[in-house]
Amino acid sequence: MNDPIITINGLNKTYEGGFQALTHIDLTIQRGEIFALLGPNGAGKTTLISVVCGLVNPTAGHVLVDGFDNITHFRQARERIGLVPQELTNEAFETVWNTVSFSRGLFGKAPNPEHIEKVLKSLALWDKRNNRLMTLSGGMKRRVLIAKALSHEPRILFLDEPTAGVDVELRREMWEVVRQLRDNGVTIILTTHYIEEAEEMADRIGVINRGELVLVEEKAALMSKLGSKQLTLNLHSPLTDMPANLQRFELSLAAEGYELIYTYDGSQDEDGHGISELLTALEREEITFKDLNTRQSSLEDIFVDLVKERA
Amino acid sequence: MNLHPIRAIYMAEMARTRRTLLQSIVSPVISTSLYFVVFGAAIGSRISEINGVSYGAFIVPGLIMLMLLTQSVSNASFGIFFPKFSGSIYELLSAPISHLEIVIGYVGAAASKSILLGLIILATSGLFVPLEIAHPFWMLTFLVLTAVTFSLLGFIIGIWADGFDRLQLVPLLVITPLTFLGGSFYSIDMLPPFWQTVTLANPVVYLVSGFRWSFYGISDVSLAASVGMITLFLVACLVAIGWIFRTGYRLKP
Repeated sequence: MNDPIITINGLNKTYEGGFQALTHIDLTIQRGEIFALLGPNGAGKTTLISVVCGLVNPTAGHVLVDGFDNITHFRQARERIGLVPQELTNEAFETVWNTVSFSRGLFGKAPNPEHIEKVLKSLALWDKRNNRLMTLSGGMKRRVLIAKALSHEPRILFLDEPTAGVDVELRREMWEVVRQLRDNGVTIILTTHYIEEAEEMADRIGVINRGELVLVEEKAALMSKLGSKQLTLNLHSPLTDMPANLQRFELSLAAEGYELIYTYDGSQDEDGHGISELLTALEREEITFKDLNTRQSSLEDIFVDLVKERA
Repeated sequence: MNLHPIRAIYMAEMARTRRTLLQSIVSPVISTSLYFVVFGAAIGSRISEINGVSYGAFIVPGLIMLMLLTQSVSNASFGIFFPKFSGSIYELLSAPISHLEIVIGYVGAAASKSILLGLIILATSGLFVPLEIAHPFWMLTFLVLTAVTFSLLGFIIGIWADGFDRLQLVPLLVITPLTFLGGSFYSIDMLPPFWQTVTLANPVVYLVSGFRWSFYGISDVSLAASVGMITLFLVACLVAIGWIFRTGYRLKP
């Protein structure tokens, strides 16, 4: 797949006062994908989104949105983008219907009540259309922000921490909404603290730390490349020393010798250090076990390792 | 130019006026009526005519100008300050809308409200004093130009202000004193020569004088000076707004 919808080249942002928020960011977002941008607080996620959306002036570099420079051809670039900000920012006294209709007009589109109705229904806001925003719950307000961003039928949707402060049920509902949008051809770029969110939804993952894009990788490839697995065997009798025959495996002992832990990443099978070889070797040494379990490192583990590694 | 965003901003701002009708329209009308009761009827009856115009009628253009200036500044500054304050300005800044369209939407709405208010006050004053408008075209020209210019100033103040106190600072400490000292309630001929000269440094003098001329054909300064001053002020505001958007001052980091 090589059909870029956003191309970022050499992007730098240094704020007044000297803080460098972004350092030479090069990134391409493919049409129709869900791209998750991960990073700790202050890593530069929101600044990156803000530069692409026109909220922050870049110090250097260029952003192309569907082939249009986001500064020199800002109209064509911005009309393709919908932005859901991190903060719950709303005109408190407006009704849901009015504020969503306002957004459509602001983005240069003629009134289209049918589309607004469709958007509100898809986000379960239809019953609240005449409510003032100040009367809505936090989750509802966040949905309104999504509705506003979708009101002008964007091809690209930026979700800046979309489920921050949202309960588990609503979070899962929002994931479903995002998937539906992707199915309808909308490219999604989301920033999140919730690794689970990226793991659940993203096609590709970018990790940003201290303003630098540390890596960009397909989620599955990232998990397989950097994710390690662990097999834990609960032994009948404790081991005090590692038998010589088992030295070639990456093993460790825990729980006073009752747990034998084998760490592997899937490549050991090829060089004869895989699980089946380990089990054969254990049988040969007459080491028996009563239970076993496996654990695969999550994206969170990978993320923490990456960030720690570069700190 | 895309008319949809302009319409969206304009209608949203006008809807805010409808929601706050008491504060936006009724309150200034009541204030002006009180001025008429106090200065027009109570005190005005003891003051002789000024250049052949009764005192009550003489202050009508000044009162309209006073309201026009303060309301234009206050409406426009609040209109752009509130999205900044609530954070919803992100939407305005990320929309495919030019700076000119943003200004037309916000300033157009603020100026419309002020013009409407000016006309309501004019009609209200007709209930208290006999009115004549010698030059209706010029009266409307001054009304519109002043409303637009001071709405532009209000827009600048709204962007500059970083809190509600600063939002009130310029209207209370600059606009109101300049208007009171700008000949709203007197002719500058009534001042000693030294203060007449000092008063000429007050730009509001030119606005009130030109506006009063459009009613009664009497003025403190020439029509050309009045038109020149309001045009100069308009251009200065436009240049300032152009600079704000070019640099992103207080809008874009």
